[in-house]
Amino acid sequence: MYAAIKIDNVSKRYRIGGLHPGFMTFREMIGGVVTSPFRNLKSGNGHQTLWALSNVNLEIGQGELVGIIGPNGAGKSTLLKILSRVTKPTTGEVELLGRIGSLLEVGTGFHPDLTGRENIFLSGAILGMRRAEIERKFDEIVAFSELEKFIETSVKWYSSGMYVRLAFSVAAHLEPEILMMDEVLAVGDAAFQQKCLDKMHDIRQQGRTILFVSHDMAAITRLCKRVVLFENGKVICDGGPREVVQHYLSSSLKTGAAREWTNQLEAPGDQVVRLRRVRVRDEAGETAPVIDIRKPFGIELAYEVLQEGHALVPVIEFYNEEGTELFSTHDTNTEWRRKARPRAVYTSTVWIPGNLLAEGSLVGHVSIMSHFPATVLHAYERNAVAFQIVDSPAGDSARGDYIGPMPGVIRPLLNWSTDIVATSGTNYKG
Amino acid sequence: MDLETNKATSRTVPPTSLPQAVPRSEPGVTESAVVISQRRTRIKSEAAGVEINFGELWQYRELLYFLTLRDIKVRYKQTLMGVAWVIIQPVLTVLIFTLVFNRFVRLDTGSLPYPLFALSGLVLWFFFANAVTNSTNSLLSNSNLVTKVYFPRLFIPAASIGAGLVDLGVAFLLLIALGVYYGVAVTVNLALVPLFILMMTLLALGVGLLSAAFTVKYRDLRHALPFIIQLWMFASPVIYPASVVPQKWKWLLLINPVAGIVEGFRASLTGRPFDWLHLAVSAAITFTILVISLYVFRRFEHTFADVV
Repeated sequence: MYAAIKIDNVSKRYRIGGLHPGFMTFREMIGGVVTSPFRNLKSGNGHQTLWALSNVNLEIGQGELVGIIGPNGAGKSTLLKILSRVTKPTTGEVELLGRIGSLLEVGTGFHPDLTGRENIFLSGAILGMRRAEIERKFDEIVAFSELEKFIETSVKWYSSGMYVRLAFSVAAHLEPEILMMDEVLAVGDAAFQQKCLDKMHDIRQQGRTILFVSHDMAAITRLCKRVVLFENGKVICDGGPREVVQHYLSSSLKTGAAREWTNQLEAPGDQVVRLRRVRVRDEAGETAPVIDIRKPFGIELAYEVLQEGHALVPVIEFYNEEGTELFSTHDTNTEWRRKARPRAVYTSTVWIPGNLLAEGSLVGHVSIMSHFPATVLHAYERNAVAFQIVDSPAGDSARGDYIGPMPGVIRPLLNWSTDIVATSGTNYKG
Repeated sequence: MDLETNKATSRTVPPTSLPQAVPRSEPGVTESAVVISQRRTRIKSEAAGVEINFGELWQYRELLYFLTLRDIKVRYKQTLMGVAWVIIQPVLTVLIFTLVFNRFVRLDTGSLPYPLFALSGLVLWFFFANAVTNSTNSLLSNSNLVTKVYFPRLFIPAASIGAGLVDLGVAFLLLIALGVYYGVAVTVNLALVPLFILMMTLLALGVGLLSAAFTVKYRDLRHALPFIIQLWMFASPVIYPASVVPQKWKWLLLINPVAGIVEGFRASLTGRPFDWLHLAVSAAITFTILVISLYVFRRFEHTFADVV
């Protein structure tokens, strides 16, 4: 295996600051020259600089499918822009072997006033296809997009889904040796997403190299064998998907799988009770930012009761990435239910069974309440813990051996039975 | 375990993908799964010097065609009168100028009737003015392309000039009609018409590239441009003959390449003698502007995506 992409000590600097981030008006320039004619000659002329990438070294082998993750502003998009030659690195060099296709946005070069047909040619040419090549693949592209009926219609009359389908179809037929994608799979309906994943799979099967930037940890862990984590323009972690996603979620996000308050005064709570620690744990008792969908996991709250005599109820609410509340749970069955508690440090743990929740990023909001004599919220911490549920393509989870996206916020493992009830051709009665 | 097998399949070719991968391959570009083309791309840093990669321009030549086609199609879609605008603009202008310079002020245009005189200048001038205006705005209006995908950026302003050539073609038909109406004799000079159109195109490209590159960085150039264009028209013998310019201002016409090209265009249409010296100077200036603007454009090109 040789390197398809060789990134050699690449840095990218952006100038920011001033009223206008990138451009200035002609008047400003003239004015600037009049008031301080030599200012522009000096370096660091009042601009702040931002290193979107600093000293990045990375080698990606031919045929690898590499996921790139990191918080916003980590430099992922800048990297793709450099690789796709939209912008140049400030220092350093990149060597690419083979034709590059980039999908930094769907519908690159689409013009709303042109028809689907015209846009296929235009977009194809912009993405680097030859006219003859587009003509050869035209029917295939149209068939893939399922837009045969609308191909002579201006794309401005398309729904956003149709638009994306056509755009992706063009790009998918580019047949680059290196494909770079930035969150394009986040669009389109489930069926089309599946088609895109299949296409990506095909591309990979042909030994092509794919760089896949996404915030969708579920897709990243499922599809990629190697994941690179960027933070502040640097490569922080490079390795297997689980290890890197775990690293990302636990250290890069402010909220990780464990949260501890050492200073009692800063801990969420009041004079009655204060939180000490919240963590996500696996069956072995280890803090676990990445949970196997098939395994049960616990959320453990540690808190100190400072004032005796209150009947306390810990509550945890679970939200997914879209902000949908999945469910709320509170303590109903321990010996402390409706009992005044003495001063002490307690832990309460709730166990969530395996094969219940769908894959994805979840956050837990934690609170401690008392309901007697009145309902009082003693402690509340939004986003107290964050963790990731990952599905497995091993075949024994609810997804079986299907690798595409699955809708729904729960993913129970259910029993299906299929029986032959009559021979073919006979009438089936109940 | 799982990881190992997957890596292995990605390197060797699965038999199922072979039949479809091979026939798709194009001569020159190896599309096959086994042999990845050895096309090596080196992305150098900003510090690297300016070079114009003509091989790359050639390789992307079809894109210029598609971008030009887009600019033409988009212009005439959803318009009330479509191509008619290309005719209406010069016709109305000629009517107004004929009224002013032929009826109110008696301007001597020699043997040429004033409407024909004015139209022959305006047709070429409108091409130049529109080409420069459109290419100036082209990078900004195509910012979605500039920030998303790589291709020679030169083609964006170039395409808007290419689209202008189509308009010129239509307007030229009008000019021929008027020439026939006035009974202008056909001479060998007519053979040089394409040369003047080529010169004007190159000049428009030079000026357009320069102002496009600067407009990305200095946005208010867009507002100054219509004014500059207007001034330029009055500084060129478009609606008046060069003969009315006082001797002490003649040098201005000499250094103004538009003057030489418009005069030459008119001479080739009407069979009047050429001013070869003036033409040579105009050609030299046009060429110089083009070289400078290509350099400046390439110099700025890599920053477009960052500031547009």
